[in-house]
Amino acid sequence: MAGGQAQDGILVPLPVQGDGQLADNIVHFARVLRRAGLKPGPGAVIDAIAAVDAIGIGSRIEFHAALSAIFVKRHEDQPVFDEAFSVFWRSRDLIGKMIALMSPVAAIGERQKPKAGGARVSDALFAEKSRQPAPRDEPDVEIDARLTVSGQEVFRRLDFGQMTATELAEARRAIGRLVMPDDAVQTRRFRPSNRGRIFDARATMRQSLRSGGDLMLPRFRTHREQPPPLVVLADISGSMSQYTRIFLHFLHVLTERRRRVHTFLFGTRLTNVTRQLRHRDPDEAIAQCSDAVADWSGGTRIGETLRQFNRQWGRRVLGQGAIVLLITDGLERDDVDLLATETDRLHRSCRRLVWLNPLLRFAGFEARARGVRAMLPHVDELRSVHNLNALSDLVKSLSAPLDRDCDPRRLLDTGRLVMKGRMTS
Amino acid sequence: MAESSDSGLPQTIDAVIDLLAEEDYLAGRPLATVLFLALRMKRPLFLEGEAGVGKTEVAKVLAKALDRPLIRLQCYEGLDVASAVYEWNYPAQMLEIRMAEASGLSDRSRLESDIFSERYLIRRPVLQALKSTGGRAPVFLIDELDRTDEAFEAFLLEVLSDFQVTIPEFGTVKAAEPPIVIVTSNRTREVHDALKRRCLYHWVDYPAAAEELAIIRRKVPGCNEQLSSQIVAYVQKLRTIDLFKNPGIAETIDWATALTELDRLALDPETIGDTLGTLLKYQEDIARIQGSEGQALLSEVKADLLAAAV
Repeated sequence: MAGGQAQDGILVPLPVQGDGQLADNIVHFARVLRRAGLKPGPGAVIDAIAAVDAIGIGSRIEFHAALSAIFVKRHEDQPVFDEAFSVFWRSRDLIGKMIALMSPVAAIGERQKPKAGGARVSDALFAEKSRQPAPRDEPDVEIDARLTVSGQEVFRRLDFGQMTATELAEARRAIGRLVMPDDAVQTRRFRPSNRGRIFDARATMRQSLRSGGDLMLPRFRTHREQPPPLVVLADISGSMSQYTRIFLHFLHVLTERRRRVHTFLFGTRLTNVTRQLRHRDPDEAIAQCSDAVADWSGGTRIGETLRQFNRQWGRRVLGQGAIVLLITDGLERDDVDLLATETDRLHRSCRRLVWLNPLLRFAGFEARARGVRAMLPHVDELRSVHNLNALSDLVKSLSAPLDRDCDPRRLLDTGRLVMKGRMTS
Repeated sequence: MAESSDSGLPQTIDAVIDLLAEEDYLAGRPLATVLFLALRMKRPLFLEGEAGVGKTEVAKVLAKALDRPLIRLQCYEGLDVASAVYEWNYPAQMLEIRMAEASGLSDRSRLESDIFSERYLIRRPVLQALKSTGGRAPVFLIDELDRTDEAFEAFLLEVLSDFQVTIPEFGTVKAAEPPIVIVTSNRTREVHDALKRRCLYHWVDYPAAAEELAIIRRKVPGCNEQLSSQIVAYVQKLRTIDLFKNPGIAETIDWATALTELDRLALDPETIGDTLGTLLKYQEDIARIQGSEGQALLSEVKADLLAAAV
């Protein structure tokens, strides 16, 4: 290893001979990768410099292979790395790279279709550049900050269906920052605990032997806790299309942060996309989901697909007290009796059934649609999920007891609503 | 691989079928093939399938046919190392410490090695399975693995790939000869790929009509010939009509036994209605078959059997 060496425990990267810029560029490149979601540590940067030094500046392919071998530790990260590599190492100097990045002609000529991770790589590069002049314009930044704070309030209440592309991107970032619920349930496993009530003979024995068996202090243990499985059934029919993508981002974050999240998408048929969503890169994960689904933005057969879920998957994923999130507008055209029966079965096989309905955003939402009326008696909670506030409420509610305000019966019992329904029909 | 250990094992796939048939288990060729491979390659066999298709039975019959001990680990949620692998005999250990104290022994390291010795080790199924006597490794059945949690599954990885267990105070226990491992799962939960990768995988399906009839003839010898063919035809029909839980072979055998006990010679709607509980276990399914659908099914079955007889 010639690129770096240890001196009194501190690793010092030595300049690579011949090209003083290269080491800096690799450091910079690692920063871009980190922003794009990879996790190269400082050790990896030193290794990379050493590796490049070892192979010498030869062909681009060797260079790519060497950096990739060091920075990529998971297969899923490869597309992001490749994209970052092709953008970053296009020309020698940074200015040239930025020009190439921002000139539309060059970009179009370079790639045929947008690659997964591409957007994030260009964001990462762009962020790097825009940060540099920041220290000089401090007053401006402060005014900006105030604007964004008040803007945030409005933004968090903005309907996903009415967002522009930039706003959606911002929403996706906000979803990424959501704090996951702390809804642990007791399991049958144990962990050591000073406050526990259960005597732990094994730990006691081990502890006492440390003092030669003279002193025997009792050790205790208590039940371990962990979040229950979360099963998501999301409607991707045409009527839900403006919400689908943002939900998928939300589901991706959930899958990444929490163990035992199972996701199913349904339109006219049911697709299990749990594995696709486990892909680390959100763009790639969502691209894979849409590949897996045959009936994207088509019709809905909620009853039929719920039946399919209950028969094929219910017993496999609803064990151990699962919470089910059912995301649909409940606009069913098929057999409503089947829908009621299957919702009932779903409700009886899980711990908590939460129905997320984006239609609930309208102030005067009433349970008038036949499908909605069929499902309502069988759900524990009915919530809206049309904006960021609603999403963070949902996340919070998962660790809280049932919310009175979200009791679906508020839409059913009152005779007033039934009367209204009759008058209009 | 010792010569002696292989001698008892069947050398061909047909030999596997014959071996199981001796114990009244009629295995299809696919199952016999994977069993043969598992025995030959000394790899665990992962059997998945609906409840009641005879997964657990494979291990039981195999142990009997090969004349080896069967060690069964019944999985459940919260199963931990203490109840699956080993535990120390704490009261005896404490007694030993007291005795050492009383006799004025002060050699700490000797006391420790005395206490954590084979003498105080309580062997649970996994550790028992790693112990073979006279070159005859036991059959190790890990039943309904899907009922445990991921943590235990991860623990099994070492056992299933290297046939060894590490006990901190004692060291690593490695099997002289790998046990014949059968893992079963009802798919109430997805089992992790890492575990499946270490095993041969086989999906146990419902048997075809002829196979099922042969099973009934063997398992319920008192069952009248006409009745048993009607029973099998009826059950096979039931499995095609999209019930919430299809009847397995175990249920068919129960039903045949029940009808034989009741001295029936043929199926009729009333008898079916009275004994449906042995066959179907969900209220919705029973309600459905007790109605007109069940009668239509029966007349269909009778017509089919008549057509086959002509």
